[in-house]
Amino acid sequence: MTHLPYVAASYGLALAVALGFAVSAWLRVGRARRRLDAIDPRRRNRETH
Amino acid sequence: MMWLHDIGVTWPSFKSRRLQTGRPPAYCGGVDSTIILAPRGGRNLHRFANPGRFLRLSGRVLPWLAVPAVVLTLVGLAWGLFFAPPDYQQGDAVRIIYIHVPAAWLASGGYLSLAICSVLSLVWRHPLADLAAAELAPVGAAFTALCLATGSLWGKPMWGAWWVWDARLTSVLVLFFLYIGHIALVRAFDDPTRGYRAGAILALVGVVNLPVIKFSVDWWNTLHQPSTITITGAPSMHVEMLWPLLVCVAGFSLGFAAIVTARLRAAVMERRIRSLLLAQAQQAA
Repeated sequence: MTHLPYVAASYGLALAVALGFAVSAWLRVGRARRRLDAIDPRRRNRETH
Repeated sequence: MMWLHDIGVTWPSFKSRRLQTGRPPAYCGGVDSTIILAPRGGRNLHRFANPGRFLRLSGRVLPWLAVPAVVLTLVGLAWGLFFAPPDYQQGDAVRIIYIHVPAAWLASGGYLSLAICSVLSLVWRHPLADLAAAELAPVGAAFTALCLATGSLWGKPMWGAWWVWDARLTSVLVLFFLYIGHIALVRAFDDPTRGYRAGAILALVGVVNLPVIKFSVDWWNTLHQPSTITITGAPSMHVEMLWPLLVCVAGFSLGFAAIVTARLRAAVMERRIRSLLLAQAQQAA
C-alpha cells in the first residue's frame, strides 16, 4: 500500500475522535443517572412503589 | 393556561408572548386568563421540551442511532481501506477520502444544526435548544478539526505541503474558529442564559460561512478539487469508490447524532441534579 503512514494516521485520528466522544458521553450519562437516582425524590418514590 | 391555537385563534407572531390579564378575554370564553401566543410550530416543538419526555424518547431512539452507526462505519471503513480500488494517480492516499469527506460533511452539517438550535432558542425560547447547541458545538469542532487534519495528511503527499492558504481550506479553518468561539462564548458568562444568547447570535452570524465553504471551489481558483458529488450532476468518481464513501457518510452521520443525543441526555440530567441540589440548599438555609 502506498502512502501508508498518511492513511494509517487518518484512520487512527478518526477512530480516536469517535471513540473518545462515544466513551466520554457514555460515562457522563452513567454518572449523571447514578447521581440523579441518589438525590431525585421522584425516582426514589418510583423505585419504592 | 391554554394555547390560542386550541381555541382557534392564530397570531402572526414569531415570538412567544405571555399575557397576564386581569379578566378572561372575550374570545377564549373565560376558560383561562393566562394565554401563550405562539406560532403553531413553536407549540409542537415545545411538546418535546419536557425533560422527562425527552429522556424517555431519546432513550428509545439512541440504540437505533448507535448500533447502525457502529455497523455502517466499520463496514464503510473496512470497505474503503481493503476492498475499494486505489486511484490511478493518487494511489492508496485516496483512501483518506473515506474519513475526510464524512468529517467535512459533518463539520458543515453540524454547524447548520447549531444555527437551527440558535433559531429555536432565540425565536421560540425552546429550553432544550440552548443545551443542544452547547453539546453540539464541541462535537462539531472535533469533526472540523478531523477534516482539517485529514486534509493536511492528504495534502502533504499530493500537493507537497501540509497547508496552503486556499479558499476551501481557509473557510473551513474559519468554521473551526466559529465553533471554538461558540464554545468559549457560551461558557464566558456567569449567567448561563446570557452565554447561550451570545452563542446563538454568533452561530447565526457564522452561517454566512457555509455557502462560502460550499462554493469556494467554484468562485475561486483553488488547489482543492471541485465537488465530487453534486445534487444535480452525476458523481465524478467510480461507483466502486462511491458506495463505500456513501456508507461512511451514513455511518458517521448516525454516529454524530448518537453522540450529540447522548451528551444532551447527560446535560438534561445534570441540569436536574443542579436544580435539586439548589432546592436542597435553599431548604437547609
